[in-house]
Amino acid sequence: MPRPATLLRLAALALLLAFLIVPQRFAPLFVPFTEYGAPPIYDQGSLPMLALAHLGTVFAATAVSAIVAIGLGILVTRAGGAEFLPLSRTLVNIGQTFPPVAVLAIAVPLVGFGELPTLIALFAYGLLPIFENTLSGLQSCPPAVVEAADGMGMSPRQRLLAVELPLAMPLILEGVRLSLVVNVGTATIGSTVAAKGLGEVIIAGLLSNNTAFILQGGLVTGLMAILLYELMGTVERRILRATHLA
Amino acid sequence: MIEISSLSKVYAEATVVDEVSMVVAGGSITAIVGTSGSGKSTLLRMINRLVEPTRGRVVINGRDAATVPGHLLRREIGYAIQGHGLFPHRTVAENIATVPRLLGWQAARTRARVEELLRIFQLEPAEYGAKFPHQLSGGQQQRVGVARALAAEPRVLLMDEPFGALDPIIRGQAQDDLRDIQRRFGTTVVLVTHDIDEAFRLGDHVGVMSRGRLLQYDRPAMLLTHPADPFVSRLTGTADRALKLLSLTTAAQAMEPGAAAGDGPAVAATDSLRDVLAQLLWSGAAAATVRRPDGSAAGQVTLAGILARGRSD
Repeated sequence: MPRPATLLRLAALALLLAFLIVPQRFAPLFVPFTEYGAPPIYDQGSLPMLALAHLGTVFAATAVSAIVAIGLGILVTRAGGAEFLPLSRTLVNIGQTFPPVAVLAIAVPLVGFGELPTLIALFAYGLLPIFENTLSGLQSCPPAVVEAADGMGMSPRQRLLAVELPLAMPLILEGVRLSLVVNVGTATIGSTVAAKGLGEVIIAGLLSNNTAFILQGGLVTGLMAILLYELMGTVERRILRATHLA
Repeated sequence: MIEISSLSKVYAEATVVDEVSMVVAGGSITAIVGTSGSGKSTLLRMINRLVEPTRGRVVINGRDAATVPGHLLRREIGYAIQGHGLFPHRTVAENIATVPRLLGWQAARTRARVEELLRIFQLEPAEYGAKFPHQLSGGQQQRVGVARALAAEPRVLLMDEPFGALDPIIRGQAQDDLRDIQRRFGTTVVLVTHDIDEAFRLGDHVGVMSRGRLLQYDRPAMLLTHPADPFVSRLTGTADRALKLLSLTTAAQAMEPGAAAGDGPAVAATDSLRDVLAQLLWSGAAAATVRRPDGSAAGQVTLAGILARGRSD
């Protein structure tokens, strides 16, 4: 007998898939939100394709964020890189505090419409949680363990790969998970600059004054964020168990 | 053998280790004792170059330590620290195998060595090898820490307060184990401690450090009878130094011919005179019989003989 939480997750997944594959079945639910006989279900494109494109953008942006943020976190915790810590922190903080919409507004004149400005905005927005968690993870390695690694004769590289990164891994993964989930929601704004994604549904609803569309776009995005959060949790636990940290 | 000459460490304004010279004999235990901030740990870490010396030289078994890359040097030198520093994400066996793996030993040789060490430290390989550090008791973790330091058969073992985190009973056992293992492998051990009793118990030679300087470096009895500095006599304690001196002498060294009268207690040749004296006081006898392991009498230790050895001259 699966636990209630597992059942709930499976139900959420089933609901999402059903809505993406046969959205018309849900039409009666959305009719009350339409006026003047407008279509109750989004009909200007394929929902599954939009969802996939949306996820693709989020994953690509978070992957680049993770590479840059983890790399920076490693750099500033090395003896030679400590002086870059304040600068790195400032840059990453700007990435988080600068509104993604403003990033889009700046990026579009530079790189044009489409996926790229969205990727840039999400990349900048996703840096902070991963960077800060990498930093905490590496800094919270017990000093005795780090000293033992040095004392055993590990090179700095061996110490990083064999001791520090494995010990920091739970926090790093948690940071990636956070960025990923936040970016699922944030990515909807990409549709304002013609990136493919679920934001299209919401914008279509706004333009035609169709609340049903807005609800559908929000619902699918929200469900994906929740499911991704749970999925990442499972992946994390698998990785930690494989490396004996849990 | 470790030859340390004019070794200094200077940080900005502070001189942490000041012109220390000493020779650690091969196959012996040297204990360096001092208060915190005396520079003893820094001195120890300059031997394996976890701390780079500002000035001076360390020659280990004929080779200048500065001529080898630091991390390669450290693979040849055992290192055990307070709080063991075991890798929490690795099993006991993997922890012990750390240095053999770094040195590229063949898997079979590493495995055999890990099992040998686990047995020496009274940890059954089948039961403990696959456990993780957090599943062990404090004493077991400490033993694994020392086993890991000894894994690649180093000729030199450095220990920084290795027993500091243990409770007194386990600490005594760990000290005895270290003595046994040091004799068994003939390892040259340099041990840093703030505990003068530990230094006396383990050290063939004891060095006393204060404010970066090595005040005295000699056999333990000499520190008691001929302290070179007021700090040394304060550290070793003046009130009970007669008893400390007795604890450094064994029954065998004070043995006289003959056997004690019937009511005298029996002692072993390896017992310290301090223990023999305690037994004599307790039993009210004037002499104790020294018995061989097979039970036969080897000689006797008399109260008068003990008292003579505790005197200041």
